Amino acid sequence: MEQSAIVARFRAKAEAVSAVVSEVETMAEAVAYTVDLCVHKEACQILVSGCDESLSPVGRDLCGLKEWGKIIAAPGIDAATRELLVARAKENGISVIENGLREHLGGVDIGFTVCQYGIAETGTLVLDSVSEEVRLATMLGEIHVAVLPKNRIAPTAESIADELRRMLGRNPNYLAFITGASRTADIERVLALGVHGPLELHILLVEEA
Amino acid sequence: MHTAKTLRDYNKDIRAALDNAFLREAMDKFATAYPTGRANAFREYDVAALIAKVAEVKDQGLKRLDGLFAQFKAEAEKRGVHVHLAKDAAEANALVTRIGKEAGCRTVVKSKSMTAEETLLNHALEAEGFEVTETDLGEWIIQLRHEGPSHMVMPAIHLSRYQVADLFSQVTRQTQPTDIQRLVKVARRELRPKYAAADMGISGANFAIAETGTIGIVTNEGNARLVSTLPRVHVVLTGIDKLCATLEDALHILRVLPKNATGQAITSYVTWITGANPCAAAPNGTKEMHVIFLDNGRSALAKDPLFKQVLRCVRCGACANVCPVYRMVGGHAMGHIYIGAIGLILTYFFHGKDKAKTLAQNCINCQACKNICAAGIDLPLLIQEIRARINEEDGRPMSSALLSMAMKNRKFFHGLLRAAKFAQKPVAEGGYIRHLPEIFAKDHGFRALPAIAEVPFRDRFARLRPQVERPVKRIALFSGCVQDFVYPEQLEAALQVLGRLGVAVDFPMEQSCCGLPLSTMGEKAAAQDVARQNMAALAGDYDAIVTLCASCASHLAHGYGHLLGDSPEVQAFAAKVMPFSVFVSSLNVAPERFQQTMERATLHAPCHLCRGMGVTEEPRQLLKTAGYEYAPAELEQVCCGFGGTYSAKFPGVSENILKLKLADVARTHAETLVTECPGCVMQLRGGAIQHGHGFEVRHMAEVLAAHLKDK
Repeated sequence: MEQSAIVARFRAKAEAVSAVVSEVETMAEAVAYTVDLCVHKEACQILVSGCDESLSPVGRDLCGLKEWGKIIAAPGIDAATRELLVARAKENGISVIENGLREHLGGVDIGFTVCQYGIAETGTLVLDSVSEEVRLATMLGEIHVAVLPKNRIAPTAESIADELRRMLGRNPNYLAFITGASRTADIERVLALGVHGPLELHILLVEEA
Repeated sequence: MHTAKTLRDYNKDIRAALDNAFLREAMDKFATAYPTGRANAFREYDVAALIAKVAEVKDQGLKRLDGLFAQFKAEAEKRGVHVHLAKDAAEANALVTRIGKEAGCRTVVKSKSMTAEETLLNHALEAEGFEVTETDLGEWIIQLRHEGPSHMVMPAIHLSRYQVADLFSQVTRQTQPTDIQRLVKVARRELRPKYAAADMGISGANFAIAETGTIGIVTNEGNARLVSTLPRVHVVLTGIDKLCATLEDALHILRVLPKNATGQAITSYVTWITGANPCAAAPNGTKEMHVIFLDNGRSALAKDPLFKQVLRCVRCGACANVCPVYRMVGGHAMGHIYIGAIGLILTYFFHGKDKAKTLAQNCINCQACKNICAAGIDLPLLIQEIRARINEEDGRPMSSALLSMAMKNRKFFHGLLRAAKFAQKPVAEGGYIRHLPEIFAKDHGFRALPAIAEVPFRDRFARLRPQVERPVKRIALFSGCVQDFVYPEQLEAALQVLGRLGVAVDFPMEQSCCGLPLSTMGEKAAAQDVARQNMAALAGDYDAIVTLCASCASHLAHGYGHLLGDSPEVQAFAAKVMPFSVFVSSLNVAPERFQQTMERATLHAPCHLCRGMGVTEEPRQLLKTAGYEYAPAELEQVCCGFGGTYSAKFPGVSENILKLKLADVARTHAETLVTECPGCVMQLRGGAIQHGHGFEVRHMAEVLAAHLKDK
């Protein structure tokens, strides 16, 4: 299969599980997209049914952690991208954090990550999550923005089995397959997004990493 | 959670489930939505090949469980993980408790694990003073309600948004809305601090990959990621059957599991964890990680030639999703802890005979689960085998032993059926039993029961045998008991059709009951005896052994191989067995032979025809050839609720499945409902009469005979 067909399949499959997929030329564009998204999102989506709603005292206490203004958590990205992100975020009054995510269990606005592989068959992101901060960024972010280089999209997981096995074989390793946002259908089989993790997943397909 | 010890008590539980309006509605919606979702998910795939490969991958692994365990242990320990083997539930729970205590843990967050449900881990931990919180939304809900799961994948499927809102109102001490989206966010907020506070996370695992010592966890909510990340200790509790050799093995199962479970291409999250990962909450910055493999009878099961296939189960829950009984009663009335067809089997092995005894009776043997199983497990057969085992261990119920004794002697059995004709005289009227004897009346009034025929078919055959010169085919007709003694007119119609089409028909008098009722009652020895008798009776030089009963066909063709072993003799016999419609189709009859009235007719596909024999197209084509307008019913392939002795054991379930079917048939506006099994005719015709439906219920042979020209 042509790479463009693989990319198209990835996109279709990811969109089928309500991921928002966009194509960008450069990392700078990806950074601009992310900051823009943060500027325009509600301050704290968790609070849509949070502070205004009836919660137990413990549940309510978590709101107290949200006195920071908007936050983008971006652990494990390269220095050049980080520099771009910090500068752009600062212009918009947004903080960028890379670690200490345990201090933000009430949630951050955006978790920003760069993925190692994509799997077209299911629209799945493959993200090395051995860093605890990466794991938390992709769970605590109300929106997860994942950058995926187009040339890293494989037709199936089996087609990159050797690469995946090498990653799994490391000591230690924590590898995440992520497909769409956190979802549940546990109440009356009605689909609800954002039960524990992100309410939205945005995937940015970048030409060059 | 199933605890009933007698069928009478069990039927009380079932009645309560049948009377639960919300449950019925939820189950109906799910049963309707699931097949479409699954079909969409598999659209681009060869499902049969995928399932066969899951079976192969699992079988390969099960052959060398010890080796895989040793390899996993070595690879994981190399990477700082503690690997344990627990021989039973108590040992597993004790291990988790000890780990927790030694690490000074007090609060625990859990992500969903059927294995932990199996060991009742929460009870054990709470008894030791741990505070345990389930974080999967459905599991949290049922934990708060002190209930067990009613489905392996959707544990709270039996509850409504109103019940959840009430529950959450109690938990938060605030009034909560009944809007599902908001309720989900309440759970998000209430559970987040639980993760933050927990010292220990407990998860299950869907895969344990030996080559790298990796565990794989499949979730949609992502709670397993938080459970495995935030607390300083992570304990994985999983069955040894989750071991697989390679990543590719796991990936293959992963391709099938979510599609079969919920119609998803893949779940939102699949988490692969190798070794002790970084953890900022741990004193040394590294997670304390344990993997506990639970045996609990699994390694013995893996060596059982027949039952080892049980361990192929990937816990997708599909066997419940398509089960007509589950649709009626839900999971709490159809499982102890594990739910659905696989639950009936696993309960016996994991939770013992006492819990399984009445539960194992609650299978109607429609084969829908076998047809959908992600790992190709022959669930209905194994359920029958469980009944046989329980009979062996406990001694058989009197009714079962008597039936078995009677059926082994054909003449005696047929004598009993002839005698029954006289016994029913006071209540039979116009071919139906109008007033049921007192003991049956209460539960069986939902359908009119037919009377035993005045003269059985076997006494009519000599007179009716068609005289055919230069026959195109020579067949043996196998009647089965119901047609022989209750519906001889169906066989007479078949003789008319076959004779006109130039088929020479023999009716070997030594044939007896096919033996299926014996198998379903767990009377294996008698079933083998009867099978041998029938094979001898039908041993002549015939082109085919034709039967008008789908259940007989399926039992003769497949059941005998299981009972007697797949010898060449049995295989040759099985190869000759043909359902009536398949045989008639093979004659390539022209439509000109039938009056083309285009009366509207619909089909009920007997379970043992469409699934047991894999026959779906022939009856449809035949109906059209014979001059009927075929109006497909949506539930054509759903069981009618009869299931032989099932309908006597669980009349409430049988009645409700029947109502569902009849309503579906009525929606087609057909004048005639056509089927090919006398048991289905008995159930459907009796129900149609009792409920005043306008359509007739007839056997395929009868509708063909009715349209045949120049009789």
